[in-house]
Amino acid sequence: METIRLKKGLDLKIKGEATKKVLTTISPKVIALQPSNYKGVFPKLHVQEGDTVKAGQIIFSDKKREQICFTSPISGTIKAIVRGEKRKLLAIEIAPDGKNDYLTFEPISEVSKANRDEIQKRLLESGLWAGIIQRPYGIIANPTDTPKGIFISSFNTAPLAADLNFTTKDEVDAIQIAVDALCKFTDKIYVNVKADAPASPLSRLKNVVFTAFKGAHPAGNVGVQISHIAPIGKGDIVWTISPMTLIAMGKLFSKGIYDTQRLVAVTGQRVKEPAYVKCLPGTSIQSICEAFEIEKEVEICGQECGIRYISGNVLSGEDVGENGYLNFYDDQITLISEGNYRELFGWAKIFRPKKFSLSHTYFSWLTPKKKYKVDSNTNGGERPFVVNGVYEKVLPMDIYPVYLLKAILAQDIEKMEQLGIYEVIGEDLALCEYVCPSKINIQEIVENGINLMLKEMA
Amino acid sequence: MENPILKLIDKIKPTFSKGGKLSWLHSTFEAFETFAAVPSTTTKGRTQIKDCVDLKRVMIAVVVALIPPFLFGMWNTGDQHATAFGLEWGFWLKVWFGFYKVLPLFLVSYIVGLGIEFAVAQVRGHEVNEGYLVSGFIIPMIMPIDIPLWILALSVAFAVIFGKEIFGGTGMNIWNPALLARAFVFFAYPSVISGDTIWIEGLTNATSAIDGFSGATPLAIAAEGGEAPSLLQMFIGNIPGSFGETSTIAILLGAAILIFTGVASWKIMLSTVIGALAVGFLANALAPAGSFSAYPAINHLVMGGFAFGAVYMATDPVSSAQTEVGKWIYGFSIGALCIILRLFNPGYREGMMLAILLMNTMAPIIDYCVIRPNIRRREKRAATK
Repeated sequence: METIRLKKGLDLKIKGEATKKVLTTISPKVIALQPSNYKGVFPKLHVQEGDTVKAGQIIFSDKKREQICFTSPISGTIKAIVRGEKRKLLAIEIAPDGKNDYLTFEPISEVSKANRDEIQKRLLESGLWAGIIQRPYGIIANPTDTPKGIFISSFNTAPLAADLNFTTKDEVDAIQIAVDALCKFTDKIYVNVKADAPASPLSRLKNVVFTAFKGAHPAGNVGVQISHIAPIGKGDIVWTISPMTLIAMGKLFSKGIYDTQRLVAVTGQRVKEPAYVKCLPGTSIQSICEAFEIEKEVEICGQECGIRYISGNVLSGEDVGENGYLNFYDDQITLISEGNYRELFGWAKIFRPKKFSLSHTYFSWLTPKKKYKVDSNTNGGERPFVVNGVYEKVLPMDIYPVYLLKAILAQDIEKMEQLGIYEVIGEDLALCEYVCPSKINIQEIVENGINLMLKEMA
Repeated sequence: MENPILKLIDKIKPTFSKGGKLSWLHSTFEAFETFAAVPSTTTKGRTQIKDCVDLKRVMIAVVVALIPPFLFGMWNTGDQHATAFGLEWGFWLKVWFGFYKVLPLFLVSYIVGLGIEFAVAQVRGHEVNEGYLVSGFIIPMIMPIDIPLWILALSVAFAVIFGKEIFGGTGMNIWNPALLARAFVFFAYPSVISGDTIWIEGLTNATSAIDGFSGATPLAIAAEGGEAPSLLQMFIGNIPGSFGETSTIAILLGAAILIFTGVASWKIMLSTVIGALAVGFLANALAPAGSFSAYPAINHLVMGGFAFGAVYMATDPVSSAQTEVGKWIYGFSIGALCIILRLFNPGYREGMMLAILLMNTMAPIIDYCVIRPNIRRREKRAATK
């Protein structure tokens, strides 16, 4: 097995790691499907308020690619269809009936003998196709494409991320079934494992190509891994799938049901005893938080600070708010403090022991093992690019990030192609945004660039 | 219990906000507000947390690194004056004299520079950028101590407006603003920045200087084939010259701070020295004995503005090369050009300013060439499919 060593990157040491135990299975009062979870999808609604649905029943589909549909993770009734400005579809809320009725699909007993059409049909009708992400752009894969390869990262290096060794340990059989099915779509399935670490359960898989990665975050990001195994160029298409989706695929083929139940790490310093829970995507944050003791009152610099509820991790998650839901692709919730406090002469203090900085203008590098409490304060105002060479320290890719970002800002498609827009999505540059002294919203710029490419290349 | 400063800010804020009486001073107020306290803004995008370093911290680190040459400059100004006029002054009197003489320069630099910055930020509706904290500190340090204040004010205004604001402010400029101020004086008022007497306070129009004291800088002396001060003396910096540039040892202290904090690139500093030595040694090897080209290469490192330029000006992250490989080429070229100019430009021996400004101009081309292979790799991969 080849081992790829990444020298650049940064492991943020943050308080609030989940202990490896499953606290409970959440039975939510409400579950929501949010079209905004799926990049580039224009929803076409298939249900009305009051309809009863089963798990696996279609809720909406993509207007542009009708065969891609999104299904209910649970059985119940459509409680509300929430719309925003210009009647934009925000969420479809489902009140579970507690019966766990599944729409049954015909199981495929021996996936290795099935053909691509059969497997594809099952994935599309069940709604699990949405779990297959295409690179470039990070959108849902096209059913008509044949990817150069399918990439699976078996470990997550993001701050406080769910330990996939823990969450996949009993599911290898299901994952093997999914991998066998996916072999019909491509010649090569790459499984990337962490070097010098307890062996991933996924390392027992067959019919796959293993590559080991060594290094700090973002070594676990599948985009970074692809750029070291087979960089994506113009016209290339590869797919990526998370282990979580593979488990659901395995269950779909073996049992014929759409079951996206997953282990979710509930993390962050505002959770008193962080641990894992079992729940469905779309579960309301509130019902997950009810299972935990939350630190309600926290003061920073003598000022009361609320809680920021993040679906995902602190680097590339989404601030969903107290009334939000667990996003479809996430297996983590992070609760940190809102940073709406002012720190007197904060930038001028010689020592700021409670804050971490990669920069040696502070002294946190002297205490490399210390874990920090984090908050959402930007720690300064937004400025143009001034300091150089900082992003490069945390981006283990053959890319000049500032030049790519400037090409995007200038909307120069040719330059964007030349500088590697196909190789990145926002999360790959999340650390660059974290360390940026000019506080530039890099992920937003990258996503704007990708949207521009999607528009121009369509 | 809320802090009284924060309380005061909250109290006067409405006056400066939209609709308030002084809303036209909004940007100025905001600059002072964020100076006093890190604002309460929170992240909006996908990255939910941010590193606690910001541009204010970076800039203040550079200012801290400028303090050793600043302190030395105060003493040296007094000492040079005392030597020129045969005065028997004690240490503190010399320091006080230097402080007293340089204070107006700093005041003019900051008042004019920040005044323009604040006005432009106000007109554009931007936040005030911290960049001038450093430029404003550097400008008085690279000027002769005797410079008339109105010329200083003019050069600062030129540097800020034409060096920075017309490009869009800090981060968008092509040349180092502080050097541009010096270049302005050099080209517009050449008599002010050349000659032997301007480097020592009061010498230009003096009648009471001791006999035979020229005040010439070591660089000028050496170029004329005279007996320059010893290497050690130049290294310590007890010589005539611009306020902050004379002491290599103080500048090295500053360099240590810059490298330690990672604010400035050690690659640029090192490659500048290598470039200078390369040309210097080559000249030493080829030149006839007795000519200025035969002057020991190592001495060039401690003369004139070389050290100050290499540490504080060439490393300006905005106007230098941005790519890591580019930094080596950029620094080497500055060092090499500086010595070439010193050796072969009899009109003006101090080559550092022109070398850095020229390489500032070339930096984007260097970066372009460094990035080309990256682009070509990508194109090649696409072609071989």
